[in-house]
Amino acid sequence: MQFMLLFSRQGKLRLQKWYVPLSDKEKKKITRELVQTVLARKPKMCSFLEWRDLKIVYKRYASLYFCCAIEDQDNELITLEIIHRYVELLDKYFGSVCELDIIFNFEKAYFILDEFLLGGEVQETSKKNVLKAIEQADLLQEVSKFSFSGQSISMVGCDLKKAPVSLSL
Amino acid sequence: MTEGCPKHCILMCVLLISGKSKEAEIKRINKELANIRSKFKGDKALDGYSKKKYVCKLLFIFLLGHDIDFGHMEAVNLLSSNRYTEKQIGYLFISVLVNSNSELIRLINNAIKNDLASRNPTFMGLALHCIANVGSREMAEAFAGEIPKILVAGDTMDSVKQSAALCLLRLYRTSPDLVPMGDWTSRVVHLLNDQHLGVVTAATSLITTLAQKNPEEFKTSVSLAVSRLSRIVTSASTDLQDYTYYFVPAPWLSVKLLRLLQCYPPPEDPAVRGRLTECLETILNKAQEPPKSKKVQHSNAKNAVLFEAISLIIHHDSEPNLLVRACNQLGQFLQHRETNLRYLALESMCTLASSEFSHEAVKTHIETVINALKTERDVSVRQRAVDLLYAMCDRSNAQQIVAEMLNYLETADYSIREEIVLKVAILAEKYAVDYTWYVDTILNLIRIAGDYVSEEVWYRVIQIVINRDDVQGYAAKTVFEALQAPACHENLVKVGGYILGEFGNLIAGDPRSSPLIQFNLLHSKFHLCSVPTRALLLSTYIKFVNLFPEIKTTIQDVLRSDSQLKNADVELQQRAVEYLRLSTIASTDILATVLEEMPPFPERESSILAKLKKKKGPGTVTDLEEIKKERSSDMNGSAEPASVNASAVSTPSPSADLLGLGAAPLTNSAPPPSSSGSLLVDVFSDSASAVAPLAPGSDDNFARFVCKNNGVLFENQLLQIGLKSEFRQNLGRMFIFYGNKTSTQFLNFTPTVICSDDLHFLNHFLCLNLQTKPVDPTVDGGAQVQQVVNIECVSDFMEAPILNIQFRYGGTFQNLSVKLPITLNKFFQPTEMSSQDFFQRWKQLSNPKQEVQNIFKAKHPMDAEITKAKIIGFGSALLEEVDPNPANFVGAGIIHTKTTQIGCLLRLEPNLQAQMYRLTLRTSKEAVSQRLCELLSEQF
Repeated sequence: MQFMLLFSRQGKLRLQKWYVPLSDKEKKKITRELVQTVLARKPKMCSFLEWRDLKIVYKRYASLYFCCAIEDQDNELITLEIIHRYVELLDKYFGSVCELDIIFNFEKAYFILDEFLLGGEVQETSKKNVLKAIEQADLLQEVSKFSFSGQSISMVGCDLKKAPVSLSL
Repeated sequence: MTEGCPKHCILMCVLLISGKSKEAEIKRINKELANIRSKFKGDKALDGYSKKKYVCKLLFIFLLGHDIDFGHMEAVNLLSSNRYTEKQIGYLFISVLVNSNSELIRLINNAIKNDLASRNPTFMGLALHCIANVGSREMAEAFAGEIPKILVAGDTMDSVKQSAALCLLRLYRTSPDLVPMGDWTSRVVHLLNDQHLGVVTAATSLITTLAQKNPEEFKTSVSLAVSRLSRIVTSASTDLQDYTYYFVPAPWLSVKLLRLLQCYPPPEDPAVRGRLTECLETILNKAQEPPKSKKVQHSNAKNAVLFEAISLIIHHDSEPNLLVRACNQLGQFLQHRETNLRYLALESMCTLASSEFSHEAVKTHIETVINALKTERDVSVRQRAVDLLYAMCDRSNAQQIVAEMLNYLETADYSIREEIVLKVAILAEKYAVDYTWYVDTILNLIRIAGDYVSEEVWYRVIQIVINRDDVQGYAAKTVFEALQAPACHENLVKVGGYILGEFGNLIAGDPRSSPLIQFNLLHSKFHLCSVPTRALLLSTYIKFVNLFPEIKTTIQDVLRSDSQLKNADVELQQRAVEYLRLSTIASTDILATVLEEMPPFPERESSILAKLKKKKGPGTVTDLEEIKKERSSDMNGSAEPASVNASAVSTPSPSADLLGLGAAPLTNSAPPPSSSGSLLVDVFSDSASAVAPLAPGSDDNFARFVCKNNGVLFENQLLQIGLKSEFRQNLGRMFIFYGNKTSTQFLNFTPTVICSDDLHFLNHFLCLNLQTKPVDPTVDGGAQVQQVVNIECVSDFMEAPILNIQFRYGGTFQNLSVKLPITLNKFFQPTEMSSQDFFQRWKQLSNPKQEVQNIFKAKHPMDAEITKAKIIGFGSALLEEVDPNPANFVGAGIIHTKTTQIGCLLRLEPNLQAQMYRLTLRTSKEAVSQRLCELLSEQF
């Protein structure tokens, strides 16, 4: 896989992961072009398209588009399920995940992705194993957090969290 | 569980999201950035928590799409924190916002090194993720030796092994030369047997990539992969626990194993081979079983494995039974209600069509595919259908497929029209039994999609009509009729003008298409056409003067009119003046010889095919074509008749006596007899047919002359050809020395320079203008004669001219051809510039079309001094101290042609370990970048 992009129906980029070295300018250009192309497609159309010399695989979950660029020999259907497994992981971790979860907790979204995919390849497909890794890290975080005096975090913005529709699996 | 991002950050998020306008957002962000900057610069040292907070904010702002140019140092500081959460944010920042600042890279690498050595699996994991995410060369230098050790060490945790495998894969992709092969490779292969399926999953990707480059070293992976695959496909759906996905056992791993097997031919060991066939059969059988779940995830995962298995079956291309079963399975998918499956089935069948075992089976689905072309609502699916129709086309169904494609073209999406036009043109030519059908098809193409019919297509139809006299009368009649339409495409006017000019006499007997009617018809289109078309029509008119003397005065009146003789366009004006003069002073005999019918063209690969290959990239088209070529070689009548036999000696062609001027075939080298002089050259310049194929080895010799101007171009037992040349701006002069090495006279010695650009005479605007003086037809034994070629580069060009030499030696006729090393780079003028200028211009030429890059293996020892000499010899300036890496070479220059000047920048990056070069060319013109890159790549 060359890169993965998450963007909203309004075309706002929510997460980007690049597995090939590209300049910021190129990344922006690719993102702009691809967001436009994908948003212009109708709902019943096929989830794959040829774009430059890459194959694009995308799927929409509620308000978010998940979009992967893979190479010629890569398998489209299994990529579609990579997307789905990632959404499942997010969903399990956040508990019916929604777009705002990914905005507020972008770093978690990245950490989960890194456990699942590394260097553009699937690293661990077991949901249990991925979440175990993340939860262990969270545990370490709890410990270090309590070592601060009085700085613990209250749940600001929590009321916003569950407001929009979840990414309905 | 949302505490990862500190409170301030969340507050800010809320503010940003609820912000009313873009301006408000930017204002808010600038304020925040200023605040963070002052915190970082402040006297008071920040504690780890605050640092993390601000770094996290910066990251958030960056991800919103704003540029971040500070904070890297603070992020690096976080890496060495003992607190996991601080370290983690530091790594994330580095992964997302890599910066090639070398000072920082050193610090980052230090931190990573510490974490790798920490033996703490969580820290090791973070460090490995960071390497895999950044994957820069500096990191490869620092860690490529270390990671294999971690990967195969007995006490490494499974999760760390997984990260290490993929981390190494990433480094191998960026810097293969830095990853040393060694003992570890055999131990990596055995990871395929690991108990932990996650480890196997990660390792399989690594092994696949390594095996592609080093197949020998990883050969043992085949049997291991087969047995692993076999265990998976035969397992019950619950056996693999969490690795079962919607009732499909380990789909990701299965796909990866099937990919790995595609790096190798079918296993030789019959036991392994049998086991693999069993696996593939099981996978095909499972496709027929009722689904275990209605969820789309179940069918997707199952079919992902199925498609990968089919890819492997096609790759092996050895089991007819499996190929036909695969084809039937895909046939079912063609009518599936899931668009995704229909798309993939069409795509996969395209490759099946090229296997001789399954070609016939694919053909049975033609109606379904045609139906898809008509009914699919998604253009990307229709595109696949067009590809498949093209791939399954052969003599038996060509008429039907071409008709359907033409049908579809009427409503096709603009984005794919040009490609369909090319495909139709190729199929129509390749499978034409009846050339009237071919002519009809191409004229239909022009009528339906004239704008998308490129020059190659209509050049080709003319070539074919000229070469086949059975179709000439029909072609003349058909274009005449097509031109009756009140509005016809300019391409039709071109084809019509050309064909009527050559063969109008064949239909002139019919009073409905008398000479005058033909002329009036063409001339009625004249004023609506562009300059090149009008120029072509003027040539048609002068041909009419010869074909139909009865309308000579009418034509002369037209040529004489002010709108022609005083035309603002020089080319048109010159043609009008000279043709008028020719028609007035030349006798009918001379006119008849000068305007003789075109001789047949030498056969060569269709330029249209070349164009399609270029458009689609190598691979897809080539494979199909080559296989098809073999299959249809006996059926394809069009390619054979005029092809020249491979021996260097051939009989003189009938057209050698074209002008009745004795032995000299008329070309640039022999001026026409009338006083009209060189202007007519372009009408004939390709008329020397039966040119010998290039002499063996002449390509090597040719390549040597790209970077030098003098030397021996060709030598055999009879003849030596030497060259001396000089170039200045867009002009050049070449002295060719012909040495007779024997003691016997050469008779009828006729060297001819031919510009080999396909059909350039139709183009009327030569890219390269060559003028030669004829040489003495007798060369005495041991003597040397000299010939001068004056060269003018009018615009950029691809093909080098061909030097054809014909003579009689003893009783035998000798005919040989060599490429004359007049290449685009000869018109280079070096340009010196500073580093700053260079990179500024480099950036200006950043459109992907302007850049052409080639990575290739060194053919000669990699010596910097020789490389420098070659770059200077190539014609560009060699710019020293411009590239930050002193091992690289950069050059700059301007290509001078008569019409334009084209600035060129080049950069050559040698890689000594890998014995490879990367050459990048940037110019303002795609074709120029392409050509220069081709020429220079051959030099190292």
